Amino acid sequence: MAKLAFTKSKAFYDQYFRNPNPDKKSTHYCPGCGHGNVHKFIAEALEDFEVVDRSIIISPVGCSVFAYYYFDTGNIQAAHGRAAAVATGIKRTHPHSIVISYQGDGDLAAIGTAELIHAANRGENITIIFINNAIYGMTGGQMAPTTLIGQRTTTTPRGRDVHNEGFPIRVCEMLNSLEAPVYLERVSLHDTKHRAKARMAVRKAIKNQIDGKGFSLVEVLSPCPSGWKMDPVDSIKWIEQEMTKVFPLGVFRDKSKEVESFHFEKPQLPADQITDALGLSQLKVQHFEQSKPEEKYRNPGIKAAGFGGQGILLLGVALAQAGMLEGYQVSWIPSYGPEMRGGTANCHVHISEQPIGSPLVAFPDVLIAMNRPSLERFQNDVKEGGLIIYDSSLIDIEPSRQDVEIMPIPATRMADELGNTRIANMVVLGAYIGYTNALNKETVLATLDTIISRKRLIDINRQAIEKGYEFGYEMKQKASGK
Amino acid sequence: MAKELLKGNYAVVKGAILAGCRNYFGYPITPASEIAEAAAYYMPLVGGTFIQAESEVAAINMLYGAVSGGIRSMTASSSPGISLKQEGISYAAGAELPIVVVDIVRGGPGLGNIAPEQSDYNQIVKGGGHGNYKNIVLAPNSAQEMCDLTMLAFDLAFKYRNPAFILSDGFIGQMMEPVEFPEPRTDFPREDWALYGDAESKKNLISSIYLDPDELEEHNRKLQRKYQEIEENEVRYEEYHLDDAKFVLMGYGIVSRMLRSAVDTLRKEGLKVGMLRPLTLFPFPKKQIKELADRGAAFFVSEMSNGQMVDDVRLATELKVPVYFYGRMGGNVPTTEALIEQIKIYYQKS
Repeated sequence: MAKLAFTKSKAFYDQYFRNPNPDKKSTHYCPGCGHGNVHKFIAEALEDFEVVDRSIIISPVGCSVFAYYYFDTGNIQAAHGRAAAVATGIKRTHPHSIVISYQGDGDLAAIGTAELIHAANRGENITIIFINNAIYGMTGGQMAPTTLIGQRTTTTPRGRDVHNEGFPIRVCEMLNSLEAPVYLERVSLHDTKHRAKARMAVRKAIKNQIDGKGFSLVEVLSPCPSGWKMDPVDSIKWIEQEMTKVFPLGVFRDKSKEVESFHFEKPQLPADQITDALGLSQLKVQHFEQSKPEEKYRNPGIKAAGFGGQGILLLGVALAQAGMLEGYQVSWIPSYGPEMRGGTANCHVHISEQPIGSPLVAFPDVLIAMNRPSLERFQNDVKEGGLIIYDSSLIDIEPSRQDVEIMPIPATRMADELGNTRIANMVVLGAYIGYTNALNKETVLATLDTIISRKRLIDINRQAIEKGYEFGYEMKQKASGK
Repeated sequence: MAKELLKGNYAVVKGAILAGCRNYFGYPITPASEIAEAAAYYMPLVGGTFIQAESEVAAINMLYGAVSGGIRSMTASSSPGISLKQEGISYAAGAELPIVVVDIVRGGPGLGNIAPEQSDYNQIVKGGGHGNYKNIVLAPNSAQEMCDLTMLAFDLAFKYRNPAFILSDGFIGQMMEPVEFPEPRTDFPREDWALYGDAESKKNLISSIYLDPDELEEHNRKLQRKYQEIEENEVRYEEYHLDDAKFVLMGYGIVSRMLRSAVDTLRKEGLKVGMLRPLTLFPFPKKQIKELADRGAAFFVSEMSNGQMVDDVRLATELKVPVYFYGRMGGNVPTTEALIEQIKIYYQKS
């Protein structure tokens, strides 16, 4: 009984059913091409390591664009140069899968250089097999980043000229300057001995991934008789005599014994843990009584403005947060567009019984001005009958408007007296609600737990609001002639 | 359930995670960076992956790889970054991968500025990358919708195996509003087209290559049938005072909020105006527009652009009625007052 001396690896399809060619047994590669050898090394390794079922091969753009015709594994066809990024995506999604990015020199070292370097630098636990044949084969023999000096291609018809095209890129050497790669080796297909070495290198690069060692790349000097316009015999001679001079063979990096195995975990959390992680279960459903301000203080559009660092944005957030807790519709938006210039910080807040249209407050009912430029700039926008509150300890002018209510408050001085200049914003906030009753004081105080991240500062902010509230309340009493 | 006051950009990430998204790949860009920052914070807490990619191009291709694994995954960027991603989006459309992309639109062309615009309508709704494809495009106008429509984007993307976009702007992204979050989704079926790194799924190929012209044409016809199905089933819009309206205001995203206020004011003055706000830009509410046009209603469209959606409104009216346009650019936002003034001018004419 005859026994087959060679059998095809189980990592290859028996019939290449995806190949439109009627011959479903042969590959699409040219005679003398190196891709077939390397495909076989990969297939054998996957079979020997028993990982065929969990392997995913990334086909690039280039001659190996149809690698998926052959490998009986999961297959992804990537855009030109993007194989290392695509490999990153699928590997991180399914860390148990064995992901092999199979790329040529144009794909990997020209259009895909960034994706290569950064996948290597992140130490992605993937295997890259890099076929270096110093030419663009698929598109008909144009210059590659690895084309040798003086080598004629269809786009270097007089030979690669260093002044015009620069020098061949040495990928292994380049990657060897990075910390993360675990294994980098350049091999060649030019004779049996070197093919055996290449086979071992491919196996090692795959084994490293299975063991969770990290980024491995094998660069294979590979013949392209069609692109080089040589016969197969001359092609392998050319690799030996010319290519290996520019691209020396050998192991550039092997840390596979030193590094610890690492595999990403992708736990599937139950719903309650997801809610916890997003901070949603901590949100309390609290019921706060809605304030009952006079008609003219209802549904305010508020603009708060001052220097960066005065806590203007936080003041606005506190208003919006308190409004939300009292069941109002609210919106908050920081300064935008031309208003951003000039080192001032502004925000716009709506607190409304109705759905809010524009979140902008072009014409405020209430202007809170914490510095002179803000008062000067925005006072004329305030609606007739509106309210201007300004920090009289910092602003040495008075508002010129006669048709609005005005409450000067020495907020920064009051804050200093409490022991912290930076809480002037909360003094003003307190004064606003003390004056208008637009929100209840208890609600505003309740926002501090949420909006103040440094818990030791909550108490002093509370004092500031209380102090401001008293001030605003008394001002209102005076204004009403009480 | 309790509400949280937060920025639209954060609402996107929380909504995405609640919808089952477990991978985020992105590159920093104003005004979308908070989305990446929030993803960097939250993804690892829910067993997900966050990678700050080396480029927009790498980010969209990582997304391509991740979604090939059948797991809900996303990226976000702002206009110039989206231009860079267009290659990958075309590939995802061709390979029928349900990627979800958020575009927080800023001023252009070129470097433009970081203020809000709506000038990416054409590059998102009309394609942008090469080939005969369409994205599903959702246009939120509040922080709440940033959450809700992000969740919907994942559902629609996976239902139709098609890229889905959130088309928003710097305004909605930066604005804080109360958001009510639903319960997290946890049970997802295995996708029969995806690669899970196992024996059952290894037969699958993720690819957009069809070398044979007839095969590629058939693939394209299949895509067009899918888009038609989406147009038949997934149009979403909001109507406001349209019943007796003889003048229909249209805008999406932030502009729709000013238009709504304009309707309130103008109705009080006795003008018969109403608003039709598309929540889906593809599929576009063509039928609803045509019905209004057949009734003789004139249209007024406002966008923070040179007028991009307005072309689709004109097509949908079949040019039977006047369609007026008012746009602002460069990061300027039309105020309600300016809109009212414009609307009154055109209302008299129509």
